[in-house]
Amino acid sequence: MKTVSLTLLATTALIGATHAQSRGELVVYTYDSFTSDWGPGPVVEEAFEAVCDCDLTFVGAGDGAALLSRVQLEGARSDADVVLGLDTNLTARATATGLFADKPAGLPTPDLPIAWTDPIFTPFDWGYFAFVHEADLADVPTSLKALGESDLSIIVQDPRSSTPGLGLVMWVDAAYGDEAAAVWAALADNVVTVTPGWSEAYGLFLEGEADMVLSYTTSPAYHLIAEDDPSKSAAAFDEGHYMQVEVAGILKGSDQPDLAAEFIQFMATDGFQGAIPTTNWMYPAFTPAGGLPDGFETLITPETALLLPADEAEARRAAAIETWRAALSQ
Amino acid sequence: MARRALSISTGLGAAAIVIVVALTLGTIVPLLWIAEAPGRIVGADWAVLRFTVVQAFLSAVLSVLFAVPLARALARRQFWGRQALLLLLGAPFIVPVIVAVLGILAVWGRSGWLSDGLGALGLPALDIYGMTGVLLAHVFFNLPLVTRMLLTGWAAIRAEQFRLAAQLGFGPRDMLRHVEAPMLREVLPGAGLVVFLICLTSFAVALTLGGGPRATTLELAIYQSLRFDFDLSRAAMLALVQMGVALAAAILLLGLGRPAEFADALGRVAERYDTGGLWQDRLVIGAALLFLGLPMLAVVARGAPALLTLSASIWEAALRSVTIALAATAICFALSLAIAWVLSTGRAVLAEGMVLIGLTASSLVIGTGLFILLRPIVDPFALALPLTAVVNAVMGVPFALRVLLPAVATVRRGQGQLAASLGLSRGVWLRHVLLPGIRRPAGFALGLVAAFSMGDLGIIALFGTSATATLPLEMAQLMGAYRMEAAAGAGALLLILSFMLFAVFDAGGRYDHAR
Repeated sequence: MKTVSLTLLATTALIGATHAQSRGELVVYTYDSFTSDWGPGPVVEEAFEAVCDCDLTFVGAGDGAALLSRVQLEGARSDADVVLGLDTNLTARATATGLFADKPAGLPTPDLPIAWTDPIFTPFDWGYFAFVHEADLADVPTSLKALGESDLSIIVQDPRSSTPGLGLVMWVDAAYGDEAAAVWAALADNVVTVTPGWSEAYGLFLEGEADMVLSYTTSPAYHLIAEDDPSKSAAAFDEGHYMQVEVAGILKGSDQPDLAAEFIQFMATDGFQGAIPTTNWMYPAFTPAGGLPDGFETLITPETALLLPADEAEARRAAAIETWRAALSQ
Repeated sequence: MARRALSISTGLGAAAIVIVVALTLGTIVPLLWIAEAPGRIVGADWAVLRFTVVQAFLSAVLSVLFAVPLARALARRQFWGRQALLLLLGAPFIVPVIVAVLGILAVWGRSGWLSDGLGALGLPALDIYGMTGVLLAHVFFNLPLVTRMLLTGWAAIRAEQFRLAAQLGFGPRDMLRHVEAPMLREVLPGAGLVVFLICLTSFAVALTLGGGPRATTLELAIYQSLRFDFDLSRAAMLALVQMGVALAAAILLLGLGRPAEFADALGRVAERYDTGGLWQDRLVIGAALLFLGLPMLAVVARGAPALLTLSASIWEAALRSVTIALAATAICFALSLAIAWVLSTGRAVLAEGMVLIGLTASSLVIGTGLFILLRPIVDPFALALPLTAVVNAVMGVPFALRVLLPAVATVRRGQGQLAASLGLSRGVWLRHVLLPGIRRPAGFALGLVAAFSMGDLGIIALFGTSATATLPLEMAQLMGAYRMEAAAGAGALLLILSFMLFAVFDAGGRYDHAR
C-alpha cells in the first residue's frame, strides 16, 4: 500500500511538473505509427500541451481500420475523446455508427485538390496513391492501361486487409467504372504478388522483387530527405491519381468536448501541420506558413485528383473488390 | 496418500484443459453473442476453404516426406557439430514470418542469390510466387520441427533392436521395413498433424508468396471480417469452420497413429551396425543445411549493420519481449504438464484433439473475444503484457503437449507402479521421477514455446501501445514507417534473442548432470 501511494505521489508530482493539468486529460485514439517515436505524435503532443493547459494522451490502436473497429467495439463507453487517423474509405462507416459528433464551427478551408464538405470529419493530411519505381527505370508507363500492357512487374496490396490496396481498387473503379474488370485483367500478369499490408509490399520492392510498388507520390520524399537518396520516383498517370485523405473526428461520448474541439482547431495550425510532411510523409491538409520542406518540390503533382465521395466509396467497395478478386484469380 | 495426490493431479489436468479450450475455442463465443445478425458463409468462402486445406495438406506431406531422410541421416551419423546442427534446426521455426519471408526471397526471389546465379549463366530468373512459394516457405518453417519430432522416434528404438538386426544381417531396406517403419507409423501422423494445423492458419506467408487472391486463406477472411468489415459473427463463423477442419484432421490422424513408446534418448546416437548409405546421408544433411541455413544467413547479414545503431526503444522492447517469453514459457509448462498427465493414462483422442486445435486459434479472434469479455471489468490495455503472456502460453500448449505427452506416458508406464508401491508423495515423484524422466523433450518443448512467444505478434498488436510495444510490434512499426534498415536490425536482434532462448532451454534439457 505504501509503495502504491508513494508511486502515485511521484507520478502526480511528475505530471504536475510538466503540465498544470488543470483542465484534465484529452484522450486521442490514433494509429500506431502516428504515436511512434519517429511519427508526428511526440511533436504534436508537446505543441498542444504548451497551449491547452491539459494533458494530451495518444493511444495507438493498430492501423486505421483497427482504429474504427476498436471504437465500434467500445461503443458509447469509449474512453476516447477524439479519433485521429481514419481515412475517406472508412468515414461513411464511421458516420453510420452514430458515435461521432459534428466538427467544430469556424475551421479554415483545407488545402485539398478537392472540395471538402464533410460535416463530421476534419482532414489533417492527404496523399496520392502512385506506383513507385527506381528513377532509372526505362519506359515508365503513363497510365494504368499502359502499365497493364507493359511487361513491368508490380507488387500491390490486398484491398481486403490494407488501405493502399483498397485505394488502388477504388482508383481503377473511379477512373474506369464498367471497364474496371478489363483493366484488372490486363494488370493481372504484371502482378508479381499481393501482400497483406503496405510494409511487406514496400519491403519486397526495396529488395528488388518487382519494378514498381503501389505506394504514395510522397514516398520518394522519404528516401530523398531522410536518406539523402534521390533514386526513387513515382509514375504520373494520365487517368489521375486516387487520393487518400486522413481525418479526425470528435466522439459524442467525450467527457472533454471543449478540449476536443480545441484540439481539432489546433490540428489546422502550424504547430500540428508543420510536423506532418517529414514524420507522416504525407501532404499537410492546411499548408503551414513556411510551406513544404525542401525536397517536396521534386515530387510529381498529378493533374487530376480522383476521390469518390465517402458514401459512394462505401457503396461501391464490395463490388470493386470482387472485380479485383475475380480478375486476379484467373 | 498416493491415490489422493493422483486425483488432485487429474483435477489440475482437467482444469488446464478447460483453460486452454476456453481461451482458444471459448473466445469465439462473445463474438457471436454481441453480433447483430448471424454470419454468412458465401460461395467464395468455399474456394478459400479449399485452398486453405489443400496448401496445408501439401505442406504437411512435403515436410514429412523430406524430414524422414533427414532425420534418418541425423539419427545414424555421428559427426563433429552434430549437436550444434540439431540446435540450429530449431531456428527456422522461430523466426517471425515476415523476417523469414524476406530471408527466403533473398535466396529464392526474383533478385535473390539463386536468380543472380542463373542470370550469370544466361538463364532466366526464378519465379516462385504461387503454390511453389507457399510450399517452399511452409517446408522451410516446418521441416526442422518434424525432423526433431522424428529424431525422438528414432532415439526411442532400442539399441538391442539394432544389435539384433545386425545379427540377422539386415540391409538398409530390411532395417527400414522391420525396425524403422513401425516407429514411423507411430510418429508420422502426429508430426504431420502439427504441420497441417500450423499451415491451416497461414496468412501472411500464403498471400505474400502465393502471388494473388487465389492464395487467400480462411485466416485472411477472418482478418478482413474483424478489421475491415467489423462483421464479428462472420469472423466467428469462419473461425469455427477453421477449427472444425482442424478437429476432423486431428481425430483422423491421432486415431491413425499408435501410441508411441519413447525412451529418454533424444539426440543420442544408438550404436548402429548398418554402415551403408554414408554418401546419401552426407548429401541429405548438406542439402538441408543449405536449404535451411542460407535464408537465416541472409536475415542476419541484412540486419547486422543496423544492429549497432538500434535505438533505446528497441532494446526496451526486446527486454519486454524476453520477459513475456519467459513468463509464457513457465505458464505453458505448468499447463502442458498437467494436461499431459491426465491424457497419458489412456487414449483420449477427442480431448487431445481439442487441445491441439488450439494451434489453429487466431490471435485476432482470441484478442477480440477477450476484449469484449474483459472490458466491462478491467482495462485490457492496462493488462496488455500479462494478457499477451497468458495467450502466448496457451497457444504454445499444443506444441509442448505434442512433445511432452509421449515422454510423460513412458515415465508413467515405466515407473508409475513402483512409485505407487513406494508411496512417494506428489512432490517427490514430480522432482525425482517425472521431471528427470522428461528432461530432454521438456527442454526442447520449452525452447520452442519461448522462441515462439518471443516472435509472435499475437494479441499485442491489438492491445499494445507504444509504451508496451514488444520487439515484433516495434519491428512491424519500423517497417510501416519506411525504416526498413532499422526493421532489418530489429529482425536480426529478434532472431538472435529467440534463438538464444531456444538454445538455453534445449541445451539445458540435454545437459547431463551425471557427466
